[in-house]
Amino acid sequence: MIQVQTEEGVLSTFDRETLLSWYRQMILIRRVEEEAAAAYQRGHIGGFLHLYIGEEAVAVGALNALRPDDNVVVHYRDHGHALARGLPARAVMAELFGKATGCSRGKGGSMHLADATKRFWGGYAIVGGQMALAAGIALADQYAGHDRLTICFFGDGATNNGYFLESMNLAAVWKLPVIWVCENNAYGMGTAVERASAVTEIYRKACAYDTPAERINGQDVLEVYAAVRRAADYVRAGHGPYFVEAVTYRYRGHSMGDPERYRSKDEVEEWARQDPIERFKRFLIEEGVPLEILESIHAEVEEEVQDAVRFAAESPPPPAEALWEDVYANPPADDPFLLPPEVAALP
Amino acid sequence: MAEITYREAVRRALVEEMRRDERVFIMGEEVGVWGGTYAVTRGLLDEFGEKRVRDTPISELVIAGAAVGAAMNGLRPVAEIMTVNFALLSLDAIVNHAAKVHYMFGGQFHCPMVLRTTAGWGQLSATHSQTFENYFAHVPGLKVIMPGTPKDAYGLLKSAIRDPDPVVFIEHTHLYRVRGEVPDEEFTLPIGRSEIKRPGRDVTVVAYSRMLQEALRAADELAKEGIECEVVDIPTLRPLDLEPIIRSFQKTYRAVLATEQWLGYGLDAEIAAQIYEHAFDYLDAPIRRVTARPVPLPYSRELEQMALPGKEEIKQAVLDVLR
Ligand SMILES: Cc1ncc(C[n+]2csc(CCOP(=O)(O)OP(=O)(O)O)c2C)c(N)n1
Ligand SMILES: [Mg+2]
Repeated sequence: MIQVQTEEGVLSTFDRETLLSWYRQMILIRRVEEEAAAAYQRGHIGGFLHLYIGEEAVAVGALNALRPDDNVVVHYRDHGHALARGLPARAVMAELFGKATGCSRGKGGSMHLADATKRFWGGYAIVGGQMALAAGIALADQYAGHDRLTICFFGDGATNNGYFLESMNLAAVWKLPVIWVCENNAYGMGTAVERASAVTEIYRKACAYDTPAERINGQDVLEVYAAVRRAADYVRAGHGPYFVEAVTYRYRGHSMGDPERYRSKDEVEEWARQDPIERFKRFLIEEGVPLEILESIHAEVEEEVQDAVRFAAESPPPPAEALWEDVYANPPADDPFLLPPEVAALP
Repeated sequence: MAEITYREAVRRALVEEMRRDERVFIMGEEVGVWGGTYAVTRGLLDEFGEKRVRDTPISELVIAGAAVGAAMNGLRPVAEIMTVNFALLSLDAIVNHAAKVHYMFGGQFHCPMVLRTTAGWGQLSATHSQTFENYFAHVPGLKVIMPGTPKDAYGLLKSAIRDPDPVVFIEHTHLYRVRGEVPDEEFTLPIGRSEIKRPGRDVTVVAYSRMLQEALRAADELAKEGIECEVVDIPTLRPLDLEPIIRSFQKTYRAVLATEQWLGYGLDAEIAAQIYEHAFDYLDAPIRRVTARPVPLPYSRELEQMALPGKEEIKQAVLDVLR
């Protein structure tokens, strides 16, 4: 058993297996993304690929503080959250490869991972858009009398558009069971927070909606866990939404092919010295976890990741019929737009 | 069978669906305490309470976006946007989310929501007199309904609420006082059906919403001169039921398309293209379009009337295609 301390005292006692499972998730995320980056360079993955490397502690700390039936809604930088939620690495990698076996059947890609069975409601690529959906998902649970809550992740940049204001306000007015998690990674694409936001400590924006808020070190998985546990207790008690600003950093470009003119190498290296995985590893070793155990976890993850890449590469692309499927849940038989003109010819 | 107004027909559909299904609820600006900007939801707060008749802040984006989330997570939201002019502020949630979540995630989620809003005008000037059904009808994944009679408003709204897909349901403020027969017993009408509202042999007139009423009046008057218009109503704009239009055209060889949209890139252009593609050999005259003048709508009563289409323009267009 390992006791986790916070400033307020003992937070929780965990069995070693639990903490090791968090460690495992963090390295799984990192290794899946490193392999994804390599596959992108080889041309197996197209479009935008937004890596979460450097930010792993946020998703892992936050999602492990929740119940499996709570709702998760994420932005397009969603690989970490998907894996922390337990989506199989195979299904994630296959989606990045655009394959029929992907978690969104090859129709969503990197930015739109989802798994309804895990109440992982998807990654959303219109900045801020998922905040409104999260409010609605939470409303449905409140309406039906469920004690589930909804956690919604978004970036610092998302706090500057209208979705943020409208969703924060509605959630507060209706006391919706939402945990807002702002991943402040210092930039929205190439624009530094202080160049885009009048308030640079993002958590202070929550006071405009009378929503309790805190700012935490997002590189410390235990601190993230603690904050989201506090948030969950508050929200589940019916008090309404809660806001967590996790200060974090992405090591890689905004997406692949970012020339990174907006920051220095020194800055990236400085943050890399506070790496969330290294930090957690030191903690585990200090708590007496033998190095061999950590190494065996690495070996296991390696096998899982290589298997996922193989699976994705060998999977078939979606069949041609899939193009026309699922435009509507209840499609009309004779929609002239839903079929190519040569098929739609009328008698 | 009772004669009721279009407004009463919409309200009756809402009330019946809310009684039938606990998951159905209404949210929007002024839908509760005020009773609806156009008095459509009057009395609903008393019957159903604040949980199911929800006044929202002036937040068009999150009204639509939260409706998407609530629909995905098991409810049947009927979100109201006061007028279609303000729906521009909801557009992202409708186009990028409501229309996408089913397809983009490989069929894992449904979005059974209705977005009710109004088109209309009345010396409200440029920002408050628009009609944007083509913005929505352009989008795969959305269904778009614009009923022209009380019966259609009732039967189609009920179907829209029960449908598993997102439906944009556009009422017309000038129709709220129009009366029409609506059977007393409960019924629904299928989404995606065009209907011949008046049979005729000489000219096919395709219309919807307020222009349907104008077309029927024009047809009455022309009948006195011995000209028989076949008026085809398209209360569902997407998915479009093309067959009645084409069949009618194959009988009359002439068509007039009537809409309140501006001339240029409108629904009328789409229907004309469909007729050309599917019935080119039957064409006896160029298809005529009756539309609003493509200018921002002016305030002055005189100018506004000049900008908007109506019965007289339809009559003139019918005479033109017969010439
Ligand atoms: C509404 C909208 N505007 C612009 C974009 C293009 N865009 C994608 S990500 C991004 C930056 C967002 O930054 P932030 O919210 O801080 O998230 P991060 O990428 O840093 O995780 C921008 C401008 C978009 N996808 N959606
Ligand atoms: Mg950012």
